[in-house]
Amino acid sequence: MKILSVENLSRSFGGIKANDNISFKVDEGTILGVIGPNGAGKSTLFDLITGYTKADNGKVEFFNKNIFGLRPDKISNLGIGRTFQKLKPFADQTLLENVMIGSFVKEKNIKKARDKALEIIDFVDLIEKRHHFARELSTGQRKRLEMARAMAIEPKLLLMDEVTGGVDQKTIPGLVELILKLKKSGVTIITIEHNINIIMEISDNVLALDQGKSIAFGSPKEIQNNKQVIDSYLGTVDAA
Amino acid sequence: MDNRLLIAKSEPLWNTNNRVIFLVGSLITLLFALPLFGLNSFYLHLFIMIFMHAVMAQSWNVIAGFSGQISLGHGAFFGIGAYATSFFYIQFGTSPWISMPIGILVSGIFAILIGIPMLRLSGHYFAIATLLIGISFQVVFQRWDLVGAASGLWVPMTSEDSWLALQFHKSKVPYYYIFLIFFLITFFIVWLLSRSKLGYRLRAVRDDPQAALSLCINVSNYKIIAYVISAMIMAPMGSLFAQYILIIDPDRVFNIEISIIVLLITVLGGIGNVWGPIIGAAILIPISEYSRIYLGGTGGAVDLILYGLILMIICIFRPDGLISFVPKDILERKKQR
Repeated sequence: MKILSVENLSRSFGGIKANDNISFKVDEGTILGVIGPNGAGKSTLFDLITGYTKADNGKVEFFNKNIFGLRPDKISNLGIGRTFQKLKPFADQTLLENVMIGSFVKEKNIKKARDKALEIIDFVDLIEKRHHFARELSTGQRKRLEMARAMAIEPKLLLMDEVTGGVDQKTIPGLVELILKLKKSGVTIITIEHNINIIMEISDNVLALDQGKSIAFGSPKEIQNNKQVIDSYLGTVDAA
Repeated sequence: MDNRLLIAKSEPLWNTNNRVIFLVGSLITLLFALPLFGLNSFYLHLFIMIFMHAVMAQSWNVIAGFSGQISLGHGAFFGIGAYATSFFYIQFGTSPWISMPIGILVSGIFAILIGIPMLRLSGHYFAIATLLIGISFQVVFQRWDLVGAASGLWVPMTSEDSWLALQFHKSKVPYYYIFLIFFLITFFIVWLLSRSKLGYRLRAVRDDPQAALSLCINVSNYKIIAYVISAMIMAPMGSLFAQYILIIDPDRVFNIEISIIVLLITVLGGIGNVWGPIIGAAILIPISEYSRIYLGGTGGAVDLILYGLILMIICIFRPDGLISFVPKDILERKKQR
C-alpha cells in the first residue's frame, strides 16, 4: 500500500529551482533513501512534504489524503514525524523531557507519557542518559534523541535528515542498526544520507536528486548502475 | 523487560527533596505567623509589596520564562485589573470580590485580542510591539473621561473595615494575609502548570518552535494560551493594589516601570523557574523600599540604578539568575555517567 505519494512538487527561491517537479511514491513499511550532492534539494523536499516550506505547486498525498498546504503541526498530527539536518533538541530540557513532549501527543496521562517516553529512550539505547540535559549529550546521542522524540508521536512515516552526518565512524553502525530496528517496528522511513554504502545497505528504493531535479528512482542496484547518478553524484574510479 | 528500564519506570515522577519540602513548609508557616509577632506597618507593607511583585513577576515568567516571549507591556493587564475593581465599585458599588473576576476576564480577552496579531511576531519585534501596547493603554486611559481620565479614580472609603469592600483602615494585617494567599495560590497554579502537559509544550515552544511544530504543537495557539494565562495572573494584583491604595491613575497603574520591574525581578531570580520570581522579589523589593527611605526623594532613581547594577552583575556572572546558587542535587535529577 502506498503511504506517500508526491507529484510534481516544485519550489523556487528567487530564480533558483530548489525542487523542480519532483514525483515519487513510497510503499508502507519500506525505506526510501534520498541521495544527491549538496544543494540538490533534499532537505527542501523534506520541508515541502512536512509543510515547513510552502510548495509553489504539486501534490502530496499521505494515505491518499491530500496534505498539500497543511501546517507542519497538522501534518505531524496525521502521523508524519521528522528529524532535522541541523539538530533541534530542546537544549535546556532533559532527554526524558524532550521525548515526553512527543509522547504527550498520544498519552494524556503524565505517568503513562513518562513511561512511554522511557520505553522509547530504551529503544534508542540512551536510558542511562535520561536525566541529562540535551545540551550535555554528544552529537550522536542528540541524533538518537531526535529519533526518539519523533518516534514518540507514533509516526507512520518518519523523515530523517542525515542521521549519520557529523558523527564519528564508531557511532554510525549503531545508528544504522537503529534505523533498521525502526523499520522492523513497522515505521516507514525516508532518509537523506550522504553515506552511499549505508543507503545501499538499508534502502528498499532510492531517489536521486541533482540541482532540484529527480534524476533517478529505483532499487539501490538500479541507482548504483544509473549513468546519470554516477556522473552527477557517485563518480567513477576513472574520475577519481 | 530490561532491568534498567524497570528501574527508570519505578522512579517517582518528580524530583521530590525532603529538605526542600521541609524548608517550604517552614517558610509558609513563618509567613502566616509573622503578623502575630507584631510587625509594624512598614514591614507589613514591605511583605505586601514582595508578595504582589512576586505574583506579577510570576505572571511575566509564564509568558517569557515558559513560552519564550518577552513582553514589555505587561503593566497593561495590571492596570485593567485595577480599573475594573475601582470602576465597578465606584459606579455600582460592586464588591471587589465580584469585579476582580471581571478584571481577570477582561484581561484575558484583551490578551487574546492583542495576542492573535502580536504573537505572529517574535523576539525583538514582539517585545517592541508589546511595549507600544502598554504605553497606548496608558494614553487611552489618560484621555478616557468615564474612568476619570488623567486624574484617575478615587475609591470611596468605607467607614469601617470591610472584607466585602476589601478595605481595612486600622491595620495592614488583613491585606498582608490576602496578598499572601494570592501569592501562594499563584505559586501553586504556576507550579502545577510547569509540571503539566501544557507546561512541557510551552517550554518546547520556547526552546525551539520549529522542533515543536514537528511534535504536533500549534506554536501560535500555545503562545496565545501562555499570554492569556499570564494576563489573567497579572490582573488580580491590579485589583488588590487598587483596593490597597484606594487611588489609581493611568500614570501609576499603566506605568512602563511596572512592566520593567517584573522583568528585572524574574531575570534576577531566574527566568523559567517557578522559584525565580519569588527570589527576585524578595531581594529587589526591599532594596527598592529601603533606598526610598534612606535616600529620600532621590530614592526613586537610586533604586533603578541599583537594579541596573544588580542586573548587570547577574547577567555577567549568573545568567541563569540567583536560582543557580541552589545546589544542583536539589534542582536536577541524579545523572548516571
